[in-house]
Parts: sequence; structure tokens; C-alpha cells
Amino acid sequence: MNELDELEAASIFILREAYNRFDDLAMLWSLGKDSNVMVWLAKKAFYGHVPFPVVHVDTGKKFKEMYDFRDRYTDEWNLRLITGDCPPVEDMDPTLPPAARSAARKTAGLKSLLEEYGYTGVIAGIRRDEEAVRAKERVFSPRGEAAEWDFRNQPPEFWNQFNTEFPPGTHVRIHPILGWTELDIWRYVRREGIPLVDLYFAKDGMRYRSLGDQDITSPVPSNADTLDAIIHELETTNTSERAGRAMDHEAEDSFERLRRDGYM
Amino acid sequence: MTASEPQTDPVKLVIVGHVDHGKSTLVGRLLHETGALSAEKLERLKAISAKRGQALEWAFLLDSFQAERDQGVTIDVSRIRFDTAVRPYVVIDAPGHVEFLKNMVTGAADAEAALLMVDASEGLKEQTRRHAYLLRLLGVEQVAVVVTKMDLVGYDQQRFSEIARDVRAYLQELGADPQVIIPISAREGENIAAKSDKMAWHDGPTVLEALDTFTPRCPLAFMPLRLPVQDVYKFDERRIIAGTIAAGQLRQGDTLLFSPSGKTARVESIETWSAPEKLEAKVGEAIGVTLDRQIFVERGELASHIEEAPVLTNVFRGRIFWLDDQPLKVGDTVKLRINSMDAEARVQAIERVIDTESLAGGGADAVNRNEVAEIVLRTRSMLALDEARANPETGRFVISRNFRIVGGGVISMEGYPDQREAITVRSTNITASESEIDRSARWRRNGHRGGVYWLTGLSGSGKSTIARETERQLFLKGFNVYVLDGDNVRTGLSANLGFSPEDRAENIRRVGEVASLFADSGTIVLASFISPYQSDRDRARQAAGDSFHEVYIKADLSVCETRDPKGLYKKARAGEIPAFTGISAPYEAPEAPECIVDTDADTPDESAAQLVAYIEKVCQLTD
Repeated sequence: MNELDELEAASIFILREAYNRFDDLAMLWSLGKDSNVMVWLAKKAFYGHVPFPVVHVDTGKKFKEMYDFRDRYTDEWNLRLITGDCPPVEDMDPTLPPAARSAARKTAGLKSLLEEYGYTGVIAGIRRDEEAVRAKERVFSPRGEAAEWDFRNQPPEFWNQFNTEFPPGTHVRIHPILGWTELDIWRYVRREGIPLVDLYFAKDGMRYRSLGDQDITSPVPSNADTLDAIIHELETTNTSERAGRAMDHEAEDSFERLRRDGYM
Repeated sequence: MTASEPQTDPVKLVIVGHVDHGKSTLVGRLLHETGALSAEKLERLKAISAKRGQALEWAFLLDSFQAERDQGVTIDVSRIRFDTAVRPYVVIDAPGHVEFLKNMVTGAADAEAALLMVDASEGLKEQTRRHAYLLRLLGVEQVAVVVTKMDLVGYDQQRFSEIARDVRAYLQELGADPQVIIPISAREGENIAAKSDKMAWHDGPTVLEALDTFTPRCPLAFMPLRLPVQDVYKFDERRIIAGTIAAGQLRQGDTLLFSPSGKTARVESIETWSAPEKLEAKVGEAIGVTLDRQIFVERGELASHIEEAPVLTNVFRGRIFWLDDQPLKVGDTVKLRINSMDAEARVQAIERVIDTESLAGGGADAVNRNEVAEIVLRTRSMLALDEARANPETGRFVISRNFRIVGGGVISMEGYPDQREAITVRSTNITASESEIDRSARWRRNGHRGGVYWLTGLSGSGKSTIARETERQLFLKGFNVYVLDGDNVRTGLSANLGFSPEDRAENIRRVGEVASLFADSGTIVLASFISPYQSDRDRARQAAGDSFHEVYIKADLSVCETRDPKGLYKKARAGEIPAFTGISAPYEAPEAPECIVDTDADTPDESAAQLVAYIEKVCQLTD
């Protein structure tokens, strides 16, 4: 087994564990590369089926290409799609810096969707190498009654045994690709031929490395317009993936605050 | 594989040691020296350090929670990657404060190699030893020791040698051997990537050189097949048994044995989606198979080949670490997870709580948070497992309580039998014939019920004496009574058995079956056997059904040893008899015996009288 095989097997194990342990399970589908890899891994784990709904928490501010992609692959992959809206930015914590405040809408949208559907297990495609605070996550990460993350008191997790039980009123976030890197994702996309939104590929010297809301995500300079070119770019780059995400750069702890309150 | 895919797998490396012994600083320095830090991150790090009025603080790289930076202490595990010329690494920075031991365990359990950090100015401290001990328990075999902050002791060789001697002595007592011990200064970058001029006396490797001697975890490909059943899928016409292979390999057409159910079936296909056809699968692969017959198997079963099957037992020893605020006590019920199996388990005994400082230990009533201990766990249902020394993957377990994983351990069966033989029915094509004379007809003719009176107790507790005297008295009163005695059946019925845990279990199984037949024929059977294992006695009870009575012949070990009628204790103490019950093999006292005869307090005659009275009462016919 090479490294990609090992990553794939580990993620399948986690998805299967989640499916076995949670009756009310859903997968967050942000339409980005990571969550498409997750859907693909689910189809591998369950032999062509995705036996739980995929949830798109819609900020209403995504790129048109993303909505088109969503509609096409919901059909093609035979997904059970559930969408949820987000409250206006004015309802968010005004002490947060502007971009973080905008991003917080997604947390609020997710929370109300969790309440509505009663999901107790939520699969999310975060990775440790994206952001230092995410690096400290668990694969099965319990959330409190207000969906908050008690990072000071995370339960231990070892030997492929996960915290799959939870007190009433709480839920568990499940992170099947936590150990993957950005480069792993791209190599796997290439190996498996996983479809992606076009925005990742360079046009006129710019491309999106990470896809968020239109107003708080910017493209980065790049000429990488093919999978091979993107992989080559990443092998040599020295800037980080979320460089184009405004909220990561506003304050030392803005991302930590977002995550503590339940952000993905 | 295309050219740009990595040729070597990353080695997962954990950095452990006492709080403040410079773990995070070393990680930051390693990242810097290997060029893994983005320009942007370095800038951010400088800004964060400056904000706190500090020079560049490498530790802040990984201490990403604001609380961690403000308190200067790592709370939770971080992971970050870097590459050397040889291969990539995922480095796991584990907290050193005892308060966050659960996080250290989380990080270290996932590692293939470890750097154990020791502060040159402080030497070995409590968490240094505890972490070293836990590395052993968690199965991390490759360990290099790094003596850091050498700048604080003037790069003194003498000081380094003292620490190296201490650490080597401790590790050797654990049965570990440190590959290398390296003097460094992480802050100054001495002996990290390049050899240090200030410590020219060190002729060993630098940290990076030492890392490159580590190897990725050797996969368990050549071990017996172990496939824990994770789930069974029926999304379409296929019924797919899903799981990740924990050891060994399987091929299409192989016959699988599922334990503990004992069912077997052949692998019809190895299923795939969007991948080429598959005829065989190896350790580490997450697979799904269809079987040639519809057998009912579910999550929790452990598939193997028929030869080289896992151990079946409902009792085992665990060497555990305990992470819960609430202590673990004898008699507690906990949730046990082994592979994909869940079971309720009771803590039967806490045999030793180990002081990681001195490695000494004794019995205790409770295991407190962050302690390591040796305990005995018992379940009601049968478990399929391996000993950790035979298979580290399937030979370990975790304990959860109140929705959280709170402990883990490795399995030993020392002193306990594999019960597979005792519960396997090998004969096929048999139909039991039924007698036309029913049990109550025989009882009416005898004037009393038949029954099995199972006398269990230590050697020298008085079982034989009481059994013989009871038999004599009941016989004289007209009862149909017979004694089955340990020493007697061992010259006939069980002449081919020795005293290993498995043979003891088989001996008791045979006697249990024979006693049940005697009881069925209307006889009062006095079965007098040490029968140290509760599982064996439970099986004898199962064989005899409602006519089984467990009689505990209770006597203190010290009293039995003083009596020593056959001189066996003396021999056992001298080491002439291995695995002697009560001395070097376990005796599990009955948990709920029907009758207790205390021979410490009573004379043999009084004891026999008590048993006679009990039997006379319960063997009466009611109507």
C-alpha cells in the first residue's frame, strides 16, 4: 500500500465507524475539493452508495459555479441533498472581526439545521494541515449542547477506537480526512478522477486555492490550469492554503474563536 | 504511480517528556532546519512572539491555542509535517504536563517512533519516566533520547554522561533499549541538523541523522489473519461483510472462521467500487467480502482462518493506563472495546498499581487518574482476542465510561486458559437420544433428587476430607451418593492432561459433563476439585442445569499453607511446582455460591455436618 492507499483505507474505516455508530448521521458538503473527496470516499466505503444525507449550509454567497456543480453531482452521484440557510450577518457577534463575523453565519446556519434535523453525527472535511487550531482536533470530536468545542478538555482517542457515544442534546463531529494534506487531496483527485469546481484551475494568472464565500475569499496568483500543474505548484510553494481566506488573518485568535463556537 | 507521488511513507514521530523540557521548541527548530516553515508562518510567529515581548519563540508554532501561548504550556497534541533528505515525517508534539496525559496518550499511540526529551539542567523527572513507561505500553518501540538545554549546563560532557546513565538504566529496566542518546540545544540549534562544535565530544548522530535511522511501522502482513467485522451492508442484492484487515491477508476462496460465534464460510468475492477487480487483500486494507453461504454474522466478530484462530475467553489480564477523574475500582462495571467488539466487563481484581518512578507496585482497591496498573477483567459474553505479545493490534482494548474513552490496555492471558477447546463441538451428524424414563421417575425411586454438589477451594482447604465424610454420612442415611475427586479422575478420565490453564479447563469440562450424567441418573455427586476458574465452574453449572450447587470450601491461603497435607505448598514455594493455585496461578473465589463452608472457623466434622444438612434440605422431593 502506498501513502494514498493508506489514507484512503483509514478514511473508509472512519466513515464506516460513523455509519455504524450514529443513527442520525449527515455529511457536510461544502462543494470544495475536500468535501468532494469525502463523498468519493463514502462511495468507496459503501460500494457506490452514500447512505446518509449530504448537507450544504448555504450562505447564499457562493460562486455560481459552485451551485451548478452542486445540482449536477447531486443527481449524478445519487445524493440525498439537504440545504440550510444562514441568518444575516447583523445577527452575528459584533465583537468578531468583519470576515470572521461573516464566516460565523455558517456556524449559525449549521446549528439551526442540526436542531431541525436532529443529527447526532456530522461528518466534516477539515484537515490538520489547514490551520494550527484544526491540527489539535480529534477524529471523533464531541460538541456541547450549544455545538461548542471544549478544546481544553478533549477526550483521548487512540488505537482506532473513537468516542462515539454522547450525552443527550450534544453531537459529535467526525473528521475522516483530518490526517490528509492539501497535496494528498490533489494527488488523490488526480488518481481517482474526482470532479471539481473549475474555480480551482487558473484563469488569467489567478486561481482559487480554497473556496469560501465570494466576498471573503480571494484568488491567488497562479498559472496552474491542470491537475499536474497544481500538484507541481504545491510541491514547491511556500505560502499556505488559506492565505486567500480573510478571516484567518484578522486577529491572532479569530479562527480559534470561530471554531470554539462550532465553526467547521 | 506517477513520478511526483512520494516514494516513501512518512514516519509518525512523537516528542514526549516532562513539562518544560523543551519539546515544542525542538519541534519548531526541526521545522525551521528542514525548511518546512512557510515565510508567512515565520512572520506570524515573530509577530506573536513580539506581542508577548519575547524573542522568537519556536514553541508558539505548535502551541496554537491562545491559552497555550499565554501560559507557555502545550495543552493538546499538534501534528505537522517536515521532510528530511531521506523521507517525510509527521511530527506529533505531545504535552508534558501530567494534567494533559490523556492528550499525550492520544498523540503517542499513533506514533511509530519517539523522541524522549530530558532537560540537561533537571535530569529525569516524573513525566519523563511515566512517558517512557507509556511508550512501552502503547507499543512504540523505536525511541531516541534527546538531552536538551545543554547550553544551560555549559555543554558539559560530565553532566550529559550522568543523565545518559540514568535514562539508560531506567529504560533497560522496562526492557527497552534506547537507540541513541543525543546532547542538544534546541534554542541554539546545536546537534539538530549539523554537528555541534560546542559538543565535539559527542560522537553519535545529530537529531536528524537519528530520525533517519527509524523505519515505518512494520505491517503485520505475515501474521495470522485477523479481520474484525465492522459492519454488514445490504444496500443492494449483495450482503457485504465490511472491515479493515488488522493482520495477515486473505484471498478469494479462503474459508473464514468467525469468532466467538464459531461460524465458517468461504469468501466468494472481495468487493470494490471504482477500482480494479480484487482477488486478495492485505493488512491495512479496508475491505468488504461476500460469503458463499448466508450465515448470520454481525459487528464484533473477529474473522480468521480456521487454523491460527484467536483466543476465546471471558476473563483476561490487562496492563492498563487510566485517564478518568474517577478512579477505577474492584467490582466496577465498564464498557470494553476490543477490535470491533463491545462488551460489558467487571473489574475482578486490581493486582498491581505500578509506580512508574520505581517500577515497584502492589495490590490496590483502585486505580487513580494517570496511573498504570495490572487488572483482571471478566465479561459475561465470550470474547475473541489475542495476547498483545502475539498480536499488538488485536491484543489491546479501550475502556469507556460516561460517554468517554477513559483508559486502555494490552492483553495477557497469563494463568488463564484459551476456552476455545472447551466450547467447541467437533462431532457432526449426532442426534441425542432421549430416555423414556424421566428424571423425576428416577428421583421418586431413590426418594431424593439427584444433583451436582461442586466443592471448590484452595488445595488444603479441606474439600476431600469434607467430601468423603459427607459421602459416608449420606450413604449411611440411605442416599445414593458418589464422590468425584481431583486426584482420582486424573489417573483415569483425565490421565492425558497436565496442569496448564488449558488442561485444567479441559479437566473441569470433562468432570462437569460426567457429574451431570451422574446427577441425571439420580445420584448425588460430590465433585471435589480446586477448579480455580469461575468460567470453568460456570460451564459445569451449564452442563448440570438446575441441579448444580456451587459449594465454596473457604479457607485462607495462609491456613491452607500451614495445613499443607500433601506438602505441595512447600514445593510450590521452592519453585518445584510451576503454576500452583494460590501461589503462582490464580484462584477465583465463587461470586455467588449456593453454600459456603468456612473451614477456618469450623472443624472438618462441623463442616461436613453443615454440608450434609444443606444437601438433605435441597434434595428433598417436594410433592
